[in-house]
Amino acid sequence: MNRLLRSINVTELLRPLGHVLAFSCGSAALMSLIAVSLALVLDRTVVGADLLDRYNVTLFTYTMVNLPQVVIDGLTIGFVYAAIALGYTMVYGVLEFINFAHSEIFAVGAFVGVELLIALDATGILAGASLVMAYAYLILAILFGMIAAGALAVTVERVAYRPLRGASRLVPLISAIGVSFLLQDIIRLVESLTTGQFNRIMPTFGNFDGRIIFGKLAMGNSTITLGIAIKSIIVIVAAVVMLVGLNYLVNATRIGKAIRAVAQDRKTASLMGINVNKIISLTFLVGGLLGGAAGVLYALKFTRIDPFVGFFPGLKAFTAAVLGGIGNMTGALLGGLVIGMLETFAGSYMGVFTMGALGSEYKDIFAFSILILVLIFRPQGLMGKHVVQKA
Amino acid sequence: MSLLTLENVHSYYGRIHALKGINVEVAEGEIVTLIGSNGAGKSTALRTISGMMHPKVGRIIYDGKDISKKEPHDIVLSGMVHVPEGRGIFPTLTVKENLEMGAFTVRDSRLIEERMEYGFSLFPRLRERVNQHGGTLSGGEQQMLAIARGLMMEPRLLMLDEPSMGLAPILVELIFDIVKELNERGITILLVEQNALMALSIAHRGYVLQTGEITVGDTAINLRNNTAVQEAYLGIS
Ligand SMILES: Nc1ncnc2c1ncn2[C@@H]1O[C@H](COP(=O)(O)OP(=O)(O)OP(=O)(O)O)[C@@H](O)[C@H]1O
Ligand SMILES: [Mg+2]
Repeated sequence: MNRLLRSINVTELLRPLGHVLAFSCGSAALMSLIAVSLALVLDRTVVGADLLDRYNVTLFTYTMVNLPQVVIDGLTIGFVYAAIALGYTMVYGVLEFINFAHSEIFAVGAFVGVELLIALDATGILAGASLVMAYAYLILAILFGMIAAGALAVTVERVAYRPLRGASRLVPLISAIGVSFLLQDIIRLVESLTTGQFNRIMPTFGNFDGRIIFGKLAMGNSTITLGIAIKSIIVIVAAVVMLVGLNYLVNATRIGKAIRAVAQDRKTASLMGINVNKIISLTFLVGGLLGGAAGVLYALKFTRIDPFVGFFPGLKAFTAAVLGGIGNMTGALLGGLVIGMLETFAGSYMGVFTMGALGSEYKDIFAFSILILVLIFRPQGLMGKHVVQKA
Repeated sequence: MSLLTLENVHSYYGRIHALKGINVEVAEGEIVTLIGSNGAGKSTALRTISGMMHPKVGRIIYDGKDISKKEPHDIVLSGMVHVPEGRGIFPTLTVKENLEMGAFTVRDSRLIEERMEYGFSLFPRLRERVNQHGGTLSGGEQQMLAIARGLMMEPRLLMLDEPSMGLAPILVELIFDIVKELNERGITILLVEQNALMALSIAHRGYVLQTGEITVGDTAINLRNNTAVQEAYLGIS
């Protein structure tokens, strides 16, 4: 037991927590600064005057009042993107291949988790569940989503990618896009055969819809309520636990070193006695587990899912992976948080800042503009070098 | 007793016929060298033996078993280690992690530590660089690491592909001394070299490979005295 404790590499547990903290605070601070500065500037223009005229509130006050919730929402969706992005980035690191079916693996995770909860809800267990049991059921749903998505990811690699491994790079990519459509249709088919509905709603149970209130802050003639939605805390905590676990697996364990070795030089890795195919399967498994968990967490946060639910989060997570530097795991975390934060700020403030000309429905522009800009000006991403590696 | 036997081995890269039916024998305890000029098929021979590629025709018998259809990660388990051309150091793994990868199939952490110590005793330079990334080592240090990593498996048969490539003469000498010492400790060696003079100075026997075919196979002394070999590979005329 003592030996076991001593063999735990504490730095590898703390280092990712440091990254999480630095990236969260950094992106939040940067976006807040931009939003508040913009508000202060716009307050002197017709935009501020108009708002003051209609609601008797300055843009600055409006921005500040909403800021805490916006930051928390940004973090929440940012961590979901990061968890999905890790699936893209790990597979890319090992195979230099973009698994475009990953968004559907995420969707399958979401569906399995939500269907499990809907089934439990139908029996009436959820409604009467104590708080502890409510959390137990939620964790169970997340685990089911993870297992289903992980198993699916491994199967997809085995059936649709491995036979094409010798072919030119475009071939497995096309296969991935095909798998992506196929999985969408399978979800649709299964849903229409079993429930007859495409839209599934996450049941309401436990205290997940509540808020924890820290206090109130007077701000001119309005007050800011400092509070966090419990859902958001759950998503963030779950994501951070997974990120730390993944970092530990990759950087501090024998299997993780083998994953990195295979990513760097597959042929030599096999000469070390590493079964390369097993490591590749494992990489898909880990990516699928994370994607599945992200799916259930996404459903918890946004409540409603449909067979196409994977498309936008998948594309944004891919953007996050590219932004951070595809293949780089720390980069995926950074990219996810930046994209999540950016789009949440845009979605919350753009409407008011532009006097309603550009509503929150335009928020996706930002993620995809970033994708294009990064690809043109910094294709290696913020953290650079496309190898699954230590930062 | 023969530890490794190649019987009429043919290997291809797509349509390129790289090995055209070679026969090689390595007895337990020997140093056998495979010499030949660029593109002769020396590396291909090692790749075919270690399972990185499979012969289209012919058999490879190792320790009495046909291994010609086995995968590299299985073959390693039987104590055959291939230190590849270009060294194959994992660039963003540290020296220590590279060594640990060499012992991937070993589960006993005490054994791993012992063998790492042995590697450091052979190449003290590696101990000083233990936490440095493999990619930041010099060429000579990388070669040391590649050999030390190969020893982490405690091999019965160690196959080295041009360990002298790109190294200063003094380092070449050090590497060859160590190869000899490893052999004296009981490790059978199959050595691929372009530096035929050095290779034949430590080997017991050797084969000359020319465009995928073995032209001569003899004892090292006879090869050194063979005028054709002298002219083609030893720079003597
Ligand atoms: N990956 C490959 N694809 C196609 N042809 C290859 C490949 N590797 C080697 N060859 C060809 O096979 C033949 C033998 O190559 P091999 O690498 O075994 O030579 P070698 O004796 O090791 O040469 P060197 O001393 O230059 O390392 C050469 O003609 C080479 O062009
Ligand atoms: Mg060669």
